[in-house]
Amino acid sequence: MPHLIFSGSTLSYNKGQTVLEALLDGGFDVPYSCKEGNCQTCLMRCVEGEVEEDAKRGVKDTLSKQGYFLPCMCHPTDNLVLQPSTDTELFCAATIRVKNLLSDKVCQLFIEPAIPLYYHAGQFMNLRNDQGGVRSYSLASVPKLDTYLEFHVARMRNGEVSNWLHNGLDVGDVIDVSGPFGNCFYLPGKPDQDMLLVGTGTGLSPLLGVVRDALSSGHKGKLLLFHGSRKEEGLYLHKELTELSRLYNNFYYYPCISTERTSYPYKASRADDLAFKTLPDLKDWRVFLCGSPPMVEGAQRKAFLAGANMNDIHADPFKMRELRSEKRD
Amino acid sequence: MGSSLYDEIGGTAAVEAAVDIFYRKVLSDTAVSHFFDDVDMERQRGKQKAFLSMAFGGPNNYSGVDMRKAHAHLKDKGLASRHFNAVAGHLQDTLKELKVPSNLIDQVMAIAGSTHDDVLNI
Repeated sequence: MPHLIFSGSTLSYNKGQTVLEALLDGGFDVPYSCKEGNCQTCLMRCVEGEVEEDAKRGVKDTLSKQGYFLPCMCHPTDNLVLQPSTDTELFCAATIRVKNLLSDKVCQLFIEPAIPLYYHAGQFMNLRNDQGGVRSYSLASVPKLDTYLEFHVARMRNGEVSNWLHNGLDVGDVIDVSGPFGNCFYLPGKPDQDMLLVGTGTGLSPLLGVVRDALSSGHKGKLLLFHGSRKEEGLYLHKELTELSRLYNNFYYYPCISTERTSYPYKASRADDLAFKTLPDLKDWRVFLCGSPPMVEGAQRKAFLAGANMNDIHADPFKMRELRSEKRD
Repeated sequence: MGSSLYDEIGGTAAVEAAVDIFYRKVLSDTAVSHFFDDVDMERQRGKQKAFLSMAFGGPNNYSGVDMRKAHAHLKDKGLASRHFNAVAGHLQDTLKELKVPSNLIDQVMAIAGSTHDDVLNI
């Protein structure tokens, strides 16, 4: 059985556990969120011993070289000596510059990092509140077009970080951010490739970044964006996207309402259902899927079976493990 | 020194060309697709690539023990010889589709076939 040491204390480790589970069982208050290797909230340093490759997947090269890995993905085989991440390596200060309400539940934040960031539209960053709560939010901004980082934050019932971002923060306040992370972004090259983008809720934000990045890069192929919500007010950029589709004749916007009766210009359908009905053959298409995990995972499979190459399918499930006893809506 | 099966078949480019075709055939076949239901697609595709590289006679760290472990839980779902054969059939069709010469296909199928007992935990 591997022997684990965290900040000088020996952890009891049960077979089959991940390092994160062993830490949590041991009563260590370490940050984490998705538990599935996506959000990178639990990033930690291994200073002695070998961590398997799976636990380094998606970790930036510069960090991985310093021993950073994802404890949530690590089933240790070797004896490991672990250290919590040091703040200065991961987090930097950023100032809230603009704050708008886009709908009842979604607020738009423009943030200026103290140090300029190199990022791609569509990647995500981790935002941390003063209690140490960390959540991932996707970047809607495009580096070459925008001065500030843009995020769309959906207010979750009982959401510690989202409520703090909505209600506890004002323009001028400073918060901690880390990242960017993730590989759901636009790459130039193949400017004639057609693109399908499907997002639910604030899954729209990375897609907006990708669309604006592609259009401003002179992308020639078609871009079809399907935004899904249960209710009309959830299509929080309807006006802006409709306008964008008038400006660019290769950009098409499909606003989809899944649960209530609706009428023109909204479509009564789940976004992914309408997308695959509209585009039964996705051979040679580039596909971006963001938002609710069941939608993203189902659509990833459907897109693949409809002929898209796996390398051309970019999926960003907004995964968040329940940290509280009360259920979110 | 004669060229290896892996070089003749086209190396990593061949693996890359085959993996999506093969994986799509497997997922489209309702006789076997349910064995692939609960898995992360990216991860699964990575495993398919590792398997193809091995079957093509290329670099691999194949171990019968790992293969057994990886498939052990599928035994409860009824994994049997006929499923192994169906997946092997998809591999063969993939190679035909890619116009791999039949003498090379035979060699690949022989390597793939050698994993039968490990996959089925016999």
